[in-house]
Amino acid sequence: MPTSGSVRIGGFDVKSQSDRVRSQIGIVFQQPSLDLGLTAEENVRFHAILYGLYPWRPTYRTMPSAYRARFKELSEVLGLKAEMFKPVKRFSGGMKRKLEIVRSLMHEPKVLFLDEPTAGLDADSRRSLWDYLKLIRTKTGATVFLTTHYLEEAEEADTICIIDGGRIVSFGTPADIKRDLVDEYVVVTPADPAALRRELAALGVAYTEEGAFRLELNGSNVHSMLKSIDTPLLTVKTHMPSLEDAYIAVLKRSDQAD
Amino acid sequence: MIKQINAVLAIAQRDFMELLRDPARLVSSLIFPLIFIVVLGGSLQASFGDADFNLLTFTFTGVLAQTLFQSSAQGVISVIADREKDFSQEIFVTPISRYSIILGKALGETLVALPQGLALVLLGFILGVGMTLTRAIALFPVALVACMLGAAFGVLVLSNLKSQRSANQVFPFVLLPQFFLAGVFNPINDLPPALAFFSTLAPMRYAVDLMRATYYSGREEYSRVVLANPATNLLIVGVMFLVFLVVGTALFVRKERNR
Repeated sequence: MPTSGSVRIGGFDVKSQSDRVRSQIGIVFQQPSLDLGLTAEENVRFHAILYGLYPWRPTYRTMPSAYRARFKELSEVLGLKAEMFKPVKRFSGGMKRKLEIVRSLMHEPKVLFLDEPTAGLDADSRRSLWDYLKLIRTKTGATVFLTTHYLEEAEEADTICIIDGGRIVSFGTPADIKRDLVDEYVVVTPADPAALRRELAALGVAYTEEGAFRLELNGSNVHSMLKSIDTPLLTVKTHMPSLEDAYIAVLKRSDQAD
Repeated sequence: MIKQINAVLAIAQRDFMELLRDPARLVSSLIFPLIFIVVLGGSLQASFGDADFNLLTFTFTGVLAQTLFQSSAQGVISVIADREKDFSQEIFVTPISRYSIILGKALGETLVALPQGLALVLLGFILGVGMTLTRAIALFPVALVACMLGAAFGVLVLSNLKSQRSANQVFPFVLLPQFFLAGVFNPINDLPPALAFFSTLAPMRYAVDLMRATYYSGREEYSRVVLANPATNLLIVGVMFLVFLVVGTALFVRKERNR
């Protein structure tokens, strides 16, 4: 519930139209929220009936064919098949996540919320989960809204929001955030430092000298920068920030503001 | 409305499936009732009973009602366990009414309690308590009432609980006194005024009394065993059921919202 202002999801107000909102969204919690005593299919069926998608029937066979078709389709997308009729307690962490995603997609949500979906998964499951999420995003057109601590996972997002201490400290595309926060620069060691100093001054390039020369790119690209320098260079090292660098820079800046 | 009914059925089925997957639970749930009936009822009958007033039969009918009531009440408390297993998150984000969730739970736990009652009734045939097929069939609607009342009572208790641990601590406290106040094993026709007052507050009393009214119907002990007219009992049960369910669910919903 918002403490001030209003929140709308899929066009509905979360406060006054909470039931409408609930039917628009799918949620995958940080902690798996599956009933381990039931089979995977029973978990999905339970969910689908609670969302009012299909009438209650006691078994999979007696469920409407529309349900079975949708169930099969989604299970196949996520690469779960025969396992779907086995008890969830025998599932691995990665399979449980996939099952939860199948479940959350049954009602064709407009927004799929994932709370650290890859936390605690091995590298292999993590990668395949991402492939599936990408597939789902393109196939269903749903907005995927996720929180993560693995920043390399966020590199492919359309929009990133960094929150620190409950406040938004940065918002935009991954490229925007990186550009805003972290400098891109080239570190070079010239054969003749004096010649380079003269040349840089003539070109008007900002630089700092700590043994090697650090040339600020300030938006221009690496190639044109290097091309404009005639002084022979012994080493060249470009620094392109990762999202993680940006994140750490954001947090540092917001700490200083406090 | 149809969606809510479907949801109630799905929630109820889930609880029933859990029992089917774990038949050992049914067996273990019968241990205490059997000890009560065979050991306690048997020894009471041997020490204090006579041919006119069979204490084994008296205990049997009391324990039958008590088991159904208690099993349903305890079952509803499993909502707490679901919450600790993070499963209730899944239920609570669905666009289904909180009332349907509780109602489904109550119905499901009734379905879980009934097989226990059936097992006890079957045992009744070999225990020498005068069980007949007609009686067994007549008990069914009363058994249903005992379960529903127990489930509603469970909802009320649940709405005041925080964790599984507090449930384990509170439950004996709200149930055990009812064993005696409801007269499960002990005749309560002549109680001191204070105890008689508390006895009328114990919901289990009405389930037990209805059970006995049905079981002893047409027998000569009827007037010595049954406390009140079944119609009166049924009315009180109806009122308690509604109050427990409505107040309990309202409190529970409010608490969930504040979480």
